[in-house]
Parts: sequence; structure tokens; C-alpha cells
Amino acid sequence: MADKIWDAHVVTTAGDASDLLYIDLHLVHEASSSQAFDGLRTAGRKVRAPGLTMAVEDHNVPTHTLRITDPISVEQLQTLRRNCAEHGIELFQHGDRSQGIVHVIAPELGVVHPGMTVVCGDSHTSTHGAFGALAFGIGTTDLEHVLATQTLALRRPATMAVEFTGVPPTGVTAKDMMLALLARIGANAAAGHVIEFRGPAVRGLSMEARMTMCNLSVEAGARAGMIAPDDTTFAYLDGAERAPSGADLVRAREHWAGFTTDDGAVFDRTARLDVSTLTPFVTWGTNPGQAVPLSEAVPDPESFGSGAARESAERALAYMDLRPGTPMREISIDMVFLGSCTNGRIEDLRAAADVLRGRTVAPGTDMLVVPGSMAVRAQAEAEGLDEVFTAAGGSWRYSGCSMCLGMNADRVKGTRRCASTSNRNYEGRQGPRARTHLVSPATAAATAVLGRLASPADLEELCSH
Amino acid sequence: MLPLTAHTGTAVPLARSDVDTDTIIPSDYCRRLTKTGFGPGLFAQWRQDPAFVLNQARHAGASVLVAERNFGTGSSREPAVWALRDWGFAAVVAEGFGDIFERNALRNGLLPVRLPTDAVTTLRSAVEADPALPVTVDLAESTVCAGEWTWSFRVDEHARWLLLNGLDEIDVTLAEETAIAAYERSRPHWLVPAAPVAP
Repeated sequence: MADKIWDAHVVTTAGDASDLLYIDLHLVHEASSSQAFDGLRTAGRKVRAPGLTMAVEDHNVPTHTLRITDPISVEQLQTLRRNCAEHGIELFQHGDRSQGIVHVIAPELGVVHPGMTVVCGDSHTSTHGAFGALAFGIGTTDLEHVLATQTLALRRPATMAVEFTGVPPTGVTAKDMMLALLARIGANAAAGHVIEFRGPAVRGLSMEARMTMCNLSVEAGARAGMIAPDDTTFAYLDGAERAPSGADLVRAREHWAGFTTDDGAVFDRTARLDVSTLTPFVTWGTNPGQAVPLSEAVPDPESFGSGAARESAERALAYMDLRPGTPMREISIDMVFLGSCTNGRIEDLRAAADVLRGRTVAPGTDMLVVPGSMAVRAQAEAEGLDEVFTAAGGSWRYSGCSMCLGMNADRVKGTRRCASTSNRNYEGRQGPRARTHLVSPATAAATAVLGRLASPADLEELCSH
Repeated sequence: MLPLTAHTGTAVPLARSDVDTDTIIPSDYCRRLTKTGFGPGLFAQWRQDPAFVLNQARHAGASVLVAERNFGTGSSREPAVWALRDWGFAAVVAEGFGDIFERNALRNGLLPVRLPTDAVTTLRSAVEADPALPVTVDLAESTVCAGEWTWSFRVDEHARWLLLNGLDEIDVTLAEETAIAAYERSRPHWLVPAAPVAP
């Protein structure tokens, strides 16, 4: 499938093994674009295709208020607004009803389709691969190149098939499947590859769960992750605000049908994981591959042999202040973050609210709920989910990237320990000395209630005793 | 950009694998509108430790960083590359790089040099033992030379050609205007996602 999309977008082929690839959709945000627009201005160039470019304010916006006072945020947002106005680029501003995290709003609007090429100055652009699109993150220099030419010169990436077999047990989500995969293959195992997720366990996932899966493919080091389009994909696009309709939809469906995976497709690498016996996963270390089932204990670095993996585990445990052998369930948690482009969609909020309904967040634990978009926020409020979160003691916020990367005021203070539905547990990611455990939304909610790492099943056990 | 052919300087060993972009430069330090001024954010947390290798006087002025596996994994933030450049680094030698970091590095003349594990280990041990050892990264020859050793490396051919000739990549691409315009005429008309905005 990746090859088909590639072939359909080659503008020219250079003699040095790189192809000039046309970009169908360029998503822009305030935190990585200002230098690119400056470059255009200095060189006297224009944005080639404003109609294929969309901008949104998400990375550094506050989530507790719609009034922005932080001077650096104000400057970055004003710069983006000026740049978009100057070049005729559509911009979703903080507070707009369609504003939100870039990787949440683009699918919501229905602007990502099978067979497209999508780029954004953000590594989690891989999210859009859920639609059978080739979507990947780029830096600021490439961003300027796309603004000016709507193309990128790239070498064709290698391909990797990841097959999820079996049926995931109740309570096991796409997040758990991906943490289990990362624990198995390692945080860098797919470097240079485009992953195609396949198998019955993938076919059974909703579009939102597929987005979570593709979002995390970059944590395996992959260039992109994708899932072949099927009826689930087409049903999601049906009626989305900007998806093709009427006669265009008929043409689009024909076009999209060309981007499935051939039966005999050959991949450079393959990995397989049976999900039928999986249980909720959590991370214990400082990269997303350092994960174990919640039912297990903090691993002993000795178990990683004698190489770099062991040294990495030792350093991770020192940073995380964890001792080998401690059951994961005994790790107490100060902060719970529900949100991000990984797990900030309505199904994620519903899953967490289902656990929290009629319960309260443990004393000494704080919970932050940041919807992935203003549309998700509105939908959640229409369903009364906001009341579930606030009644439980959680803080209900406006939309943005928030505590996923700590670029706004939402940060984990000091060495506090956070259970987070986001994508990276790097040192200092959520705050200079913050300790992060990556979890699914349901695990996050159960953890909030008990003040220690826990799954919804643990709550039910406590009730029945 | 000026053509880039080779760089010689001393090296600093960073015996860590999976060094992520958030560690190279925390997000707080990324909030700038320029391409410069990121030096103070480089390894901001690790530099608080006086024993950290970049704080050691014996490695002051080094311009080649010798890391381990998977250097620059994680985010697309180009400030990770700009911070290394601002600090004075011209090349990073490692067993592998994060995909986006490697591409960003090549587009800023920071050479990402990928060598096999034994070569990286040998080089790191050599510069640990002798911080004054000159290390040459030669893009024209695609070699790294240090003391008695010479290793070959490969980078993306397109990026190498741009660097060796000091070319502006956008200029090079815009020379393909006819092909780009022809491709645009062939695109489905319904594939225009954004709403029109008057500039």
C-alpha cells in the first residue's frame, strides 16, 4: 500500500535514488513554522498551494483559559496569524469551535483520505496513516520546502508489516497493543520503515483506535504507520464535514479503492503479535518500549543482558526512582493526564468516564482532562462526560497539546509521578524532572481513583470484596 | 549555503543510547522564532550535572559528538539540530539516528555519520583516552579519520549532493516547475482540503 501511494505521488525521479513526491495536505502549527515563513519572506517566495495547507494553534496554548497571557505564546501565535493572513492559509485559532490538536482536527474535519500524502512539522503526523494515507513528520527546513514547492525529495522507505492476530480481551485497547509491541520489538526497531498494521485485531478497531495505533508507530522509530482502508474507514468519512460528497464521493470511493494492500504484498520485515492474551500495559522507564503488563513488576536491569539495553534500564530506573521487583500496581501516582493526539478523542474520554462515573479521584492525586479538540469537548459536554470528570475531582479543560510535552503551563511539577495517556515518557518530557508512566485512558481513570497504577478490573475487585 | 566538504575537530564521547530530542533540547527552550540562540538549551537537564561530559574542561571546544545507538530519536523539532550547531558541533557519529533528526541534520550541515558498533566504540574509547585527538569527517570522501583509523560512511545521496555543492534545495526543486505543474493538473479536483482564504 505504501508503494502504491508513493508511485501515485512521484513528480520526478532524480538520478540519486530520491523521488520528488507531491504533498496532498500540509498541516501547520505555531511551534515549528515561524522560521519557515521567515525563510520564504527572505527569499521572496510564496506559498505554492494555500488550498492544501491548513494551520492550527495547539502546541503552546493554555487549556485553563481562552485568554493567552504568556508573552512567548502570544508572540508565537501572533506570528502564525500574521503568516497565515499574508499567505491566505486557513487557520483554526485558539477558541474556535474547530480548533484542537492538529492530529485530532484534521481527521475530524474529514480532510485526510486514503491514498493521500500528509506532512506536518510534528512527528505524530503518523496518526493520519489510520486512513490509509502516507503521513509523516518533518522539520522546519522541510516545512519551508513544502510551503514553497508542495513537494519533498525523499528516498523510498523500506516497509514493515506488523500483524496483530487474535481478538483483544475486553479492556485491552490499541494503546495496550502498541505498548506490548514496543516492549517486544524495542523503541527503535522500525527505524527507516513504514509500518503497515494488519490482521484481524486491526480490522476490528474503530477509526479512533486505529489513529492511536498509527500515532504510536513513530515511537517504534518508524517513518510512518498505516492501515489499509476498509468499510470502517469509508463509514468514518461519510458525512465528515469536508469529506467529498455527492458525485465527488463516487469518484473518491473509486480512487480510494485503489489503495488497498495486494494479497501477495511483500514487506522488507514482518512482526507478529497475538493479542488474545494481552492485558493492560504500562511503561516503567524513559522510552515507550520500556513497558510491561500492569500485572507484572519493575524489571531487573540484569534481565536485559550486558549491553546498552541494560545500561539504559539502569539509568531509567534511577531517573524514575523505581526498584526492580516492585509490583507496577504498588507504584503511587500524583498526577493523571488524559488527553493528547494519542488518546484525546471522544472514545478515549468515554472509556475514562465509564470508569470514573460515581467514583472520585484519590486524595493527593490530581487529574487533568484535556479534550483533543473543541469538537471533542463539545461532544463530551453533550454527553455529560465533563460532569463525570469534574464530579470525580478532575480538571476539565480547553483543547491543546498540554501536558503531553509541557510547552504550555500544564506541566508535572518537580519529581511528581504522572500516569499519562500521551506518547512519550522521556526524561523531562512533561516537566524538567517529571516521571511519566504511559497508560491507556481506562488505566488512567482507574489509576486516578486508586492513586496508584491500576486497571478498571482492580476497581471491580475492590467493590466485590 | 556554502559548500561543505570536510570538517576536522576534537570529539566528545557521549556513551548513551536512545538520546531523544527532548533530552537534546527540552520543549521550553524550543519556544523561539529564530533558527539561532538554542545553544543554552542543549542537554539543559544533563548539563546541570557538573560531571556531564559537555561540562568537562578536557572536552571544551569539541565539534564532533560521538554517541551510541539511535541518537535523536523522537520529535521532529529542528531546534535539536540548531542547538547542536549553536554549541559548535559540526558532526554527530553514532550507530544510528532518529529518522527525522537525521534528515533535519543533513539540511543544516550537521553531518550525521552512521558507523558500525565496533567503529563507534573504538572512536569513543580513543577520544575518551585522548580528548585532543583530531577527528576528520570528510563528506567528499565519505570517510571518518582519527589517528590510525579510517572508516567509510554513507549519507542520503541527494542531501550529500546538495551539501557538497552548497545548493539551495528549494531552488533545485523549483527548477522542476514544469513537472510539478503537470502533476498538479492531474490531481483530482476534490482533493483540496482547506477553505479558501483571501490573502
